[in-house]
Amino acid sequence: MVKRFLYSQKAAPYVFVLPFVLVFLLFWVYPLGSSVEMGFQKISLGQGSQWVGLDNYAKLADDEIFRKAVANSFVYTLLTLAILIPFPMVFAVLINSKWMWAREFFKSAFFLPALTSVVVAGTIFRLSFGEMDTSLINSFLGWFGAEPVKFLKGQATGFAALLALATWRWTGVNMLYYLSGLKNIPEEYYEAASIDGASPLQRFFHITVPMLKPTTIYVVTISIYAGLAMFVESMMLWNGNNSPKNIGLTIVGYLYRQGIEKNEMGYAAAVGIVLLAMAMAINLAQLTLTGMFKKED
Amino acid sequence: MARQLPKKIALFAFFAVLCLLVLLPFYAIALGSFKPGKELVRNGLNLDFDLSIMSFDNFVFLFTGEHSYFTWFFNSLLLTIVQVSLTLLVSSFVAYGFAAYEFKGKSFLFVCVLLILMVPFEILLLPLYKLMYDFRLMNTYAAIVLPGLANAATIFFFRQYLRGIPAEIVTAGRVDGASEYGIYFRLILPVMKPAFAAMAILNGMNSWNNLLWPFMVLSDENKYTLPIGLKTLLTPYGNNYDLLIVGSFFSILPIFALFLGFQRYFIDGMTAGSVKG
Repeated sequence: MVKRFLYSQKAAPYVFVLPFVLVFLLFWVYPLGSSVEMGFQKISLGQGSQWVGLDNYAKLADDEIFRKAVANSFVYTLLTLAILIPFPMVFAVLINSKWMWAREFFKSAFFLPALTSVVVAGTIFRLSFGEMDTSLINSFLGWFGAEPVKFLKGQATGFAALLALATWRWTGVNMLYYLSGLKNIPEEYYEAASIDGASPLQRFFHITVPMLKPTTIYVVTISIYAGLAMFVESMMLWNGNNSPKNIGLTIVGYLYRQGIEKNEMGYAAAVGIVLLAMAMAINLAQLTLTGMFKKED
Repeated sequence: MARQLPKKIALFAFFAVLCLLVLLPFYAIALGSFKPGKELVRNGLNLDFDLSIMSFDNFVFLFTGEHSYFTWFFNSLLLTIVQVSLTLLVSSFVAYGFAAYEFKGKSFLFVCVLLILMVPFEILLLPLYKLMYDFRLMNTYAAIVLPGLANAATIFFFRQYLRGIPAEIVTAGRVDGASEYGIYFRLILPVMKPAFAAMAILNGMNSWNNLLWPFMVLSDENKYTLPIGLKTLLTPYGNNYDLLIVGSFFSILPIFALFLGFQRYFIDGMTAGSVKG
């Protein structure tokens, strides 16, 4: 009887989606709920918990180090957007041009860094951005007569290393996104524009850029998500969660420090909730601004 | 045609220079894997090609020395295989439910799938950590595999793919008397091969390279995955650099080999999320 029911066409869809429902409830809804709950508690693993109302959030508002972490995550996100949107877009257009030789080879070569783990890439960049005059980047600077730089000890130079790592790993992937976006632009648009006497630059700004908008929206969305949640890159570059004067500390890094390293789960949960609120607000604002919620198009 | 030649050369030269920059870090670590760890601590990674200090010693140590590298390597391999097979099976099962049927609550459930995609996983790190602690699953692979079983991005991709499969297959299956699950296992799974390949690569890479969550969950050195193991070798004293550099270099090779063989699926998998059309 039960078997007959489970095999009926009416019950089958629910059986199919059941695994998702279970995983969703157990590993998403429940943790998210318990995160909200912990945000109102003073709680440590292996010890009890007590309700503290909004204390964690009040404390966060006055927390200098948290502010530093938020600033770092936002600056990192903005800079990755500033680099990882325009350059991959231009590279995709150039590589797609009919004058390009060895197109497939370059596409594959640019993609290779995305295959490496943050651990391996971070190790390479940590040792390349070392402070000795013989390390990779300083030896380049030496060719131009510059003094060796202690990259990972300064705010701006530390960020330069972080951005170099992100740029190296993601330029090729974003370029592929733009290449698949370019396939959707009808060739006739360019032909018509050429007949009207539009220059290549005009064609780029008036046809290519607007037509690539769906791809750009997608890349912006995932970059904001990845930028705000960045942690492991910083952890690898500074070999741990402690960078001098917290120059590499991110929001998730602070969450990790409070929750795992200091076992202040309640305070860390509050950090997570603030991050969630910021991520949602930015995504909604960005989707509204770019007109994703409009019915037409 | 000759007029185009300068353009072609300029374009090629531009990309050739970029390409050198992209490949430089790989060259640096390949070179570093032939140098003694002490030299790397003193001088960092660089492009000095100095045969007087270079040798195969690190490779000999990697394959014959006393260390846990290959324990971590095979842990990673095992975990990746288990994680990918289970995730693909469960996610495609779920995706078929979404693609093939109309049922009450379907749109609501699908919004839940999208919701997962919109919330950074990092926010769940702590509550999941507490959950695994409470369930006594710390230091087990189950804690790593279970939360990812019904993977939202994979479900989404499979559903998109399945929408392109003609409904006649299902109808014909029913006429032939196959059960609803028989249709999925015998008729649908075989036509999903390309989608499986793309998602196997995407999930496989994520699993092989994943650090943070396994690092939080696993505490027993014998259970470490390769990224965790390599991370523990990166100490401030540099006493393990012999193994760290050659081990890092060696860990890239299997993925590169796979990439050479299955490039198309890598690219399909990595760009799966982007909007098409």
